[in-house]
Amino acid sequence: MKEVPKRPRVQTALVEYLIERLIRVTGVLVILFLALIFLFLVREGSATFIEVPVGDMIRTRWYPNEEYFGLLPLVLGSLIITLGSAVLSVPLGLLTAVFIAEVAPRWMREILKPFIEVLAGIPSVVLGFLGMLVVSPLIREWLGAPTGLTALAGSVMLGYMALPTIISVAEDALDAVPKSYRDAALALGATRWQTIWRVTVPAARSGILTAMMLGVGRAIGETMAVMMVTGNAARMPLTLGSFLMPVRTMTATIAAEMGEVAQGSTHYHVLFAVGLVLFLVTFAINLIAAWAIFRQGKRYGRLLS
Amino acid sequence: MPRRCLFICLVLVVLASLVACCSAEEGEPGVSGVAIQNVGSDTIVNLALAWAEAYQGKYPEVRIAVTGGGSGTGIAGLINGTVDIANASRQMKPEEIEKAQANGITPVEHVIASDAIAIVVHPSNPVDRLTLQQLSDIFSGRITNWSEVGGEDRPIVLLSRESNSGTHVYFLEEVVRLGDKENKTLFSPETLLMPSSEGISAEVRQNPNAIGYDGLGYVTPDQKTIAVAASPDDPYVQPSIDTVNEGTYPISRDLYMYTAGEPEGAIAEYLAWIRSPEGQVIVGELGFVPLGSGGE
Repeated sequence: MKEVPKRPRVQTALVEYLIERLIRVTGVLVILFLALIFLFLVREGSATFIEVPVGDMIRTRWYPNEEYFGLLPLVLGSLIITLGSAVLSVPLGLLTAVFIAEVAPRWMREILKPFIEVLAGIPSVVLGFLGMLVVSPLIREWLGAPTGLTALAGSVMLGYMALPTIISVAEDALDAVPKSYRDAALALGATRWQTIWRVTVPAARSGILTAMMLGVGRAIGETMAVMMVTGNAARMPLTLGSFLMPVRTMTATIAAEMGEVAQGSTHYHVLFAVGLVLFLVTFAINLIAAWAIFRQGKRYGRLLS
Repeated sequence: MPRRCLFICLVLVVLASLVACCSAEEGEPGVSGVAIQNVGSDTIVNLALAWAEAYQGKYPEVRIAVTGGGSGTGIAGLINGTVDIANASRQMKPEEIEKAQANGITPVEHVIASDAIAIVVHPSNPVDRLTLQQLSDIFSGRITNWSEVGGEDRPIVLLSRESNSGTHVYFLEEVVRLGDKENKTLFSPETLLMPSSEGISAEVRQNPNAIGYDGLGYVTPDQKTIAVAASPDDPYVQPSIDTVNEGTYPISRDLYMYTAGEPEGAIAEYLAWIRSPEGQVIVGELGFVPLGSGGE
């Protein structure tokens, strides 16, 4: 029979104030951590630019044991694999998301969604194993590549890893489109396909772009599976045929070589510079995505309001 | 793969016992336990584990934690002072010795066994012998098709260990550069750098285009080893413990352990035991070449 005591107004205000502060502090902390990580990379990596002339770093040979610090094959290696994985995973992911959100009957959606979330939980080492023992022999036998440990194998594995992210986020975005939009389109005589393609997908565009960026972001930063399936040869991937040749990515290079270097050596600094480049590339991708979403948002905001 | 699993289990067990031993030490200082950190070459890691296991069976008060990672990793640890014994399948480089001295550490070298580097290909590959010059041309990218060395018309896929591996450095100096210090030839940029010995054997087992190299102790029966001649006039020799002992197999090397300064106490006893006949029996069992069995 105890009565809940009413909190005095002052106390409520205090709690409100504290919670508000706490939220603000966590928000600021995220930015602070990002800045600290960036500063750390710059501090450890900046010595590179004194020790190694920039001209030497934009060469095509990476062999740090003998002071060849050409970063181009590593940067291009990361980019080609990311590109390949995006080409494979974005269309597949979007179509799956559209299917789940718009087409599939309810019972099928209930089955598919949890399964796709389970996919996201597979550790990348396990996928690397799969790629090494299953995917790469198939690439060699079916496509006639000299070895199966290729950029294509890396792209396939990364595309597979990006899929669950793309599907889940894009599906959420499609789900958030108000039912009235669909109803309006159908009432105007649009077919189901026209409704999906002309109304629902464009309305969810910013969420879909976020989905793509999260997927691509995962691809460019992934290390373990890539190291196991791409062969890690630091060659220049310049032609389309390079997909059937081995490549070496920035992430795999850092992972494979960081354990060996003596702290404070040129090689150590260069590896941090590689990390810095990786950070900047990812940052640039995110920035472009944010800008695209902002622009799209404004345009569709006008169109739909 | 079972061997690698076994190795990981062993490392875990050793680490666990190490932790237990350390806490015991803190609790009662009377019961003395000695812990030795032994890190480095992946070539030596199985040998080092076998030694550590046998030695701990005999002297339970000594705890030896063995970890792989590559010769460079072990030496970097020795320089940074986190490792008691660094395993290396190559000698320390002058700049590494300089760095160690800058940290106040004088590395001391101990030869603990010898090893042959076997050249391995897919069992279906008809090529069964190569000269050192041919190997150099293959791994530097001057020969790119098996038909140029008497095989089928297939592209050659080069497999190598990562550049932090002592085997990689040794192979570069003695085979790709043919032992010539002035020679600045590098591995072909097309060379696949595999993170582990297992990576090399997995690819050699299933790819008829592949050629790789690895320590003799790591060659499994489902890979084919190539007979090597120092020059076209010399006999072609298959790698084996006997041919290394006779000094006829051209690609063999010593394996090392490095300590910070002259070893003392438990570390000195352990190294002496390794070099004793009892320790060297294990060397032979694992496919490496024991010390002082001729050939010198």
